[in-house]
Amino acid sequence: MNEVALLFAATIASGTPLALAGLGLLLNEKAGVLNLGAEGMMLVAAIAGFAAAFHSGSEWVGFGAGALAGMLMAAIFGWLVIWLNTNQYATGLALSLFGAGLSAFVGVAYVGKKLADRSVFELPGLVQLPFFGDAIFKQHPLAYLAMASTFAVAWFLYRSRAGLVLRSIGEAPDSAHALGFHVRAIRLAAVIAGGALCGLAGAFLSVVYAPLWVEGLVAGRGWIALALTTFATWRPARVLAGAYLFGGVTMLQFYLQSEGVQIASQLLSMLPYLATILVLVLISRNPTWIRINMPGSLGKPFYPGS
Amino acid sequence: MLSFEIRPQPSRAMSLASPLLALALTVVVAALLFVLLGRDPVKGLGVFFIEPLATRYGMAEVALKATPLILCALGLAVCYRANVWNIGAEGQFLLGAISAGGMALWVTTVGISLPRVVLVPVVLLAGVAGGMAWAGIVAYLRDRCNANEILVSLMLVYVAQQLLNYLVFVPWKDPLGFNFPQTKTFVTATLLPNLVPQSRLHIGFAITLVLVAIFWFFLFRSWRGYQLQVGGLAPAAARYAGFSARGSLWLALLISGGMAGLAGAMEAVGPLRQLTPHVSTGYGFTAIIVCFVGRLHPLGIVFSGTLLSMFLIGGELGQSRLGLPNALTGVFQGLLLFLLLVCDTLIDYRPRWRRAVPAHHAPSTPAQVPAGGAS
Repeated sequence: MNEVALLFAATIASGTPLALAGLGLLLNEKAGVLNLGAEGMMLVAAIAGFAAAFHSGSEWVGFGAGALAGMLMAAIFGWLVIWLNTNQYATGLALSLFGAGLSAFVGVAYVGKKLADRSVFELPGLVQLPFFGDAIFKQHPLAYLAMASTFAVAWFLYRSRAGLVLRSIGEAPDSAHALGFHVRAIRLAAVIAGGALCGLAGAFLSVVYAPLWVEGLVAGRGWIALALTTFATWRPARVLAGAYLFGGVTMLQFYLQSEGVQIASQLLSMLPYLATILVLVLISRNPTWIRINMPGSLGKPFYPGS
Repeated sequence: MLSFEIRPQPSRAMSLASPLLALALTVVVAALLFVLLGRDPVKGLGVFFIEPLATRYGMAEVALKATPLILCALGLAVCYRANVWNIGAEGQFLLGAISAGGMALWVTTVGISLPRVVLVPVVLLAGVAGGMAWAGIVAYLRDRCNANEILVSLMLVYVAQQLLNYLVFVPWKDPLGFNFPQTKTFVTATLLPNLVPQSRLHIGFAITLVLVAIFWFFLFRSWRGYQLQVGGLAPAAARYAGFSARGSLWLALLISGGMAGLAGAMEAVGPLRQLTPHVSTGYGFTAIIVCFVGRLHPLGIVFSGTLLSMFLIGGELGQSRLGLPNALTGVFQGLLLFLLLVCDTLIDYRPRWRRAVPAHHAPSTPAQVPAGGAS
């Protein structure tokens, strides 16, 4: 089997959770809500998904549980920041810290447990292709779901009326309110939808990618997904591209190790985090570029009728 | 029907009562959780809130673990008051431990024989410098490249942890340490002297209390501290007054990095006496909670730091006495911050209990309202 094709396949697999979470956070941010709790939502979803998959024996039950857990966490966050107008940064941090604690607490019983063998999925016909068969068409179904969601989110945001309303609420909530849209309810819906995608990403990590549970399994991917939305200047297709880029960087460290490069593994493990910083720096150097693309009300509370 | 109406002005009393209310609610939820886990709630709560303070040794342990929390939170309070969102105190803490530990290790290996009065300050200052440098990266990238400080400071936590892992697994590993990832034990001349005999409490706690007073003075009685806070509350006003936003950004990050670095240094040459991959048990993240529960106020931080230190010790006791997972601490910590944010709503809003008006008493048509009446 072609080594490069394998690296390609691994890149797609490791980019999938980033893409799912990144798209979820994109929906949040397009509605004007910045959720720093992504890491916590993903952690809780990861353990919920793992536990559900472990007890039911079905990975799909795991994904469902993960998505539900993500939605529940997001709903708590949404109620706090949208109705009680708590500080979005502080509330998101609280969600991340709480999620880390809760997942570690629940997860104690699942450390070292193994899941039943997961399904192998091959796209019939296409998998026979010489290079691309191994590289692209032998992925887990969720990897294709991530790609499909990218198009779905792009279509929703830029081609549907509901997406137009969502974006208007993110850009100018007061105007949207004056037009009669229920800003708070729509923001909450966006936050919960984002939570579902982050939850799916978390469950993918624990059920398919790892597949096991250890404390802190998500390892900063929630934060990298947050950086992705900025990196992508809030465009869905660029979120997907960025996710694969970071997936590639993560895989690069394992590739370099297997090639016998004389760098300590601990230093190579820094790569995805350093890459995130580098990319943030490069994309943010032009403040105007960010300001033009950033949703106008991002991170700001909205008080109806004020 | 319960409704919330906006207060004419934020309630000062509520802003002090809200952390206590949040704590009370956390205790209630904790008691319920103990019942759910099939444990005696009285015993469970006792482990968290009474036992840590029951003995002299216990109290010294509470103060020992409160020290890094208070130090990190003091620095973070300056940051958050200046509206600089440094959430990477954990990474700055680790760099402080690495720098101070590296210095102590060098002294140990080379065999420099200087008195403790010279070596301990040098080692602690190395820690401060390490934390400052790590936070300085955040300040530089924010200042020069406009990069978001939340994400950069957090990413640097993971980088710092890997750097520590690398150092204790490869170049700094004790050759006589049975291949464990740890350094040699530092020589006594580099270690912090004890404050209370027969305990692990070191003079770092006394230094921390002095720093609390200095921070109070800096925030509420100094011109620079005032400028910093105006910049945080009203950036436009600060710009108009000619206060440098860049200067505040750098100052806030360097102060908070330095404090976290000092905390890391004290941990390395205090209770640990060597570097291992587990130098921090999440002190830098817990300090964020300490900071908010303490109302970003140095005195409040002393109380909240002590409280969260009790949570940490309660978690350990709960593990050994009641067989509960230590991770319970993390649940309580997160819960406390969440409930605090909910209770903080009461600072700006007041609850009103209004009886629902029965349908036949309410005016059914606008015509029944007297002409000229308020409508």
